[in-house]
Amino acid sequence: MPVSLVQGDSLLAVDIGGANTRAVLFDVVEGEYRFLASGSAPSTAEAPFKDVSEGVRNAIANLQSVTGRTLLDADRKLITPSQVDGSGVDAFVSTLSAGPALKTVIVGLLSDVSLESARRLAETTYARVLESFSLTDHRKPDQQIDTLMRLRPDVVIITGGADGGASRSIQKMLEPVGLAGYLLTPEKRPAVLFAGNQKLDDEVKSLLGGVTAELHFSPNVRPSLDTEDLEPAARELASLYLGVRRRQLKGVDVLETWSGGHVLPAAYAVGRMLRFLGQVYGGRRGGILGVDIGASAAVIAAGFKERNTLGVYPQFGLGENLPVLLQYTTLEDILRWSSLDISTGVLRDYLFQKSLYPSSVPASKEDQAIAQAVTRQALYLAMQTAKRDFPRSARPPKPGLLPYFEPIIAGGGALGDAPSPGQSLLLLLDAIQPVGATAVFMDRNNLMPLLGAAAARNSILPVQVIESGAFQSMGAVISVVASAAFGSLVLRARLAYSNGTEARADVKFGNIEVLPLALGQSAKLTLQPQHGADIGFGPGRGGTIPVSGGTMGVVIDARGRPLILPDDPVRRRELIKKWLWTVGATQG
Amino acid sequence: MTLAPVHHILPLASIVRERLLPVKGKVLARLNQRVSPTDIVAEAVWAREHVFLDVARLLNLSPDAADKALRCKVGDKLAAGAVIASGRGLLPKTVKAPREGRVVAAGGGQVLIESGESRMELRAGISGNVVQVIPERGVVIQTAGALIQGVWGNGRVDTGVMVNLAEKPDTLLTADRLDASMRGSVIVAGQVKDAETLQAASELPLRGLILASLYPSLLPAAREARYPIVLTDGFGSLAMNSAAYRLITSNAKREATLNAEVFDRYSGARPEVIIPLPVTTEPAPPTDAVDFAPGQTVRLRRPPAAGSLASITALRPGLTTFPSGLRAPAAEVKLENGEQLLVPLVNLEVVG
Repeated sequence: MPVSLVQGDSLLAVDIGGANTRAVLFDVVEGEYRFLASGSAPSTAEAPFKDVSEGVRNAIANLQSVTGRTLLDADRKLITPSQVDGSGVDAFVSTLSAGPALKTVIVGLLSDVSLESARRLAETTYARVLESFSLTDHRKPDQQIDTLMRLRPDVVIITGGADGGASRSIQKMLEPVGLAGYLLTPEKRPAVLFAGNQKLDDEVKSLLGGVTAELHFSPNVRPSLDTEDLEPAARELASLYLGVRRRQLKGVDVLETWSGGHVLPAAYAVGRMLRFLGQVYGGRRGGILGVDIGASAAVIAAGFKERNTLGVYPQFGLGENLPVLLQYTTLEDILRWSSLDISTGVLRDYLFQKSLYPSSVPASKEDQAIAQAVTRQALYLAMQTAKRDFPRSARPPKPGLLPYFEPIIAGGGALGDAPSPGQSLLLLLDAIQPVGATAVFMDRNNLMPLLGAAAARNSILPVQVIESGAFQSMGAVISVVASAAFGSLVLRARLAYSNGTEARADVKFGNIEVLPLALGQSAKLTLQPQHGADIGFGPGRGGTIPVSGGTMGVVIDARGRPLILPDDPVRRRELIKKWLWTVGATQG
Repeated sequence: MTLAPVHHILPLASIVRERLLPVKGKVLARLNQRVSPTDIVAEAVWAREHVFLDVARLLNLSPDAADKALRCKVGDKLAAGAVIASGRGLLPKTVKAPREGRVVAAGGGQVLIESGESRMELRAGISGNVVQVIPERGVVIQTAGALIQGVWGNGRVDTGVMVNLAEKPDTLLTADRLDASMRGSVIVAGQVKDAETLQAASELPLRGLILASLYPSLLPAAREARYPIVLTDGFGSLAMNSAAYRLITSNAKREATLNAEVFDRYSGARPEVIIPLPVTTEPAPPTDAVDFAPGQTVRLRRPPAAGSLASITALRPGLTTFPSGLRAPAAEVKLENGEQLLVPLVNLEVVG
């Protein structure tokens, strides 16, 4: 990268999560941007502080003690721009996911068209859809008004009508929203996003303008019946989200002042970063995938040639929403991931107790086994939910499986904080169950959202930070799609190193094999599937691919897709222990 | 310096609580008035339901023409069957109010009527003095007494004399231990593991239940209970922490208020037990935020020893590796039984 393109500005980025606030410093080292250090502190959105800026100041203070660089003045205000004595920073950006999921009502015309787009749009941010209204709704307008009065949503998303198409029906759908807004006191009124027939914008403004907390417009999510374009509306929804949070959480205004308006919802910033990475890694087969799971939500961002998808699932967050997980799964299905013998009662107690203390961490082996089993199932469910919205052209090798993704980037407290790289990787493979050959990166410092936010301020910074290896390369992962008897040979692998040596493995169904390939090294991997196994070239077809090394080397996952665990609990736990041992992540 | 969450278990403190209506209403309490927990300090009335009438469509008129046909205006009270609008012609169609109500919006050929009444009565929740009146919203009440914060509440409020059935901090309460002599009292116990016990408490009825823990499967029944339930420690089979146990059981036979507010981490609303005590001088208010420091009494939030009290003997520099493999800032603590443990700071809360 030419030095002239580097502006030389230091940048402080802060992510305010449901449990923790992290401050990360980026600056120019030897002509290129680098991730320098991070500091963290508990988030302070909750009582008794009720002010997110307090946690931000604490995290920055922590960063100061790590770097020795003064960033806050005596009044705990950010020093900006940087001073001649080396204190301060030139730029500041922030991302936010703290706070309860936004109570959301979606309104559309047809339940399987515009309402479905509204649902997908709501899933691009930290929202919980409580109610939906459509033309097929049997309730009368007055019942819909009473529903809105009772729910008092934070947000109403209205979609419907192709551009230049239906207008009368949408007007009808607007009436209950407008009348409920009229009846509610100003501080209880919802923020409204209209993402329907653009011809109606003026009418929506006159009907709802005076009776909403804020009224946003975006291009139509369904410009025509068979076209969906969520991205412009998602951008507007991100702006609306911040408006709601500004009213709900003290301190958001301070961050906006410090950053000059560069505050983004964390999930939206992850989505933006993935779009950016899609351009960098574009041209390869399949899409790219970003997953992030933390206290607030599970976030699945996927980039494909024709479009990107972003799914934010507060119901699969690992914090205060944990008991909600049981509405989507069973205790038994969570425990199937555990390497230890844990009763359903202990797990149930864990879910409820952890919801009281979202920022607490597992200190004992048993607590860790439970925490990881819960994370696996929550991420698995999030992935299954996100899969519904992948474009049809992203074909999986077999119905029900994921399409091909390369690379996969994973982050979030639960993944990044796992005690060993092997545990992180195995958790990820179990939960998302990728197929074929891919490269896996772990975002241990949770830089994804922060780089996404920084990109708008400094487009060079994310490129150089990523190229500097800020994401931990786990190495190459080959996931075998096969139906075979346990223990039968499904793949022959030969890894030819650049120094002329090689490693070989005969991989049996149900096993994981690891071939060493250190970080920074590259090699040629020749794969010969057996008995119709598919490693991405088609059933039974082999080939040679270049692979890059990483913390884990080359990992061949021949456990099958979908991964079916034995019903017998003793055998299952033994197998899980064996897999953990193979990836160097034994839990003892 | 690491910020520590504080869990209040205090033998004597000045307790100030804001009691606010969720919507605008009428404040009934006066400044400096002495209130008891069940006194209604404010009330609000709002429409139970709304009736939306699209007059223009019903009369087959344009919105402007329908507005001219209206026979009512905003604020009018209408009896059931009252004519709202009538069309023209020899046999004019009319639009009538389907039930009694008040017109809240009229225009554009449409009428919206509110009907029925929902009333909310806001109770004081604690006994004390009204030290501030917030017009149309509520009051601020101050009292002095023992304060025991809980971790879960079922949203109800009541007051009664505490009867201690917890011989030990984890004593199981069963239906057969409840008898008619306990009617109107607040029962203290360790755990409840069956719905029958909650039902028996309801049938007596009790004025409240203070428990260390409850099985999560019983939460729906606990939410339905007509009496307040406060959990001091959590879910499952946790014993009551020793500080809460000592304070509650040593005040048995005193009157206690159970303000079983639903825990809201954002507003700071927490379930609590308040035992009003006579004072000559106003005690200090509780401290809500402190930094972790050696000598503090702390409660462990996660295993091992979840729910136990301990004292911090040292704060470890840097990061400490735990049996789980996790690395985190930690404190050395000494449990009440003398056992020494290393605990991640995020798994601790200061008791005080």
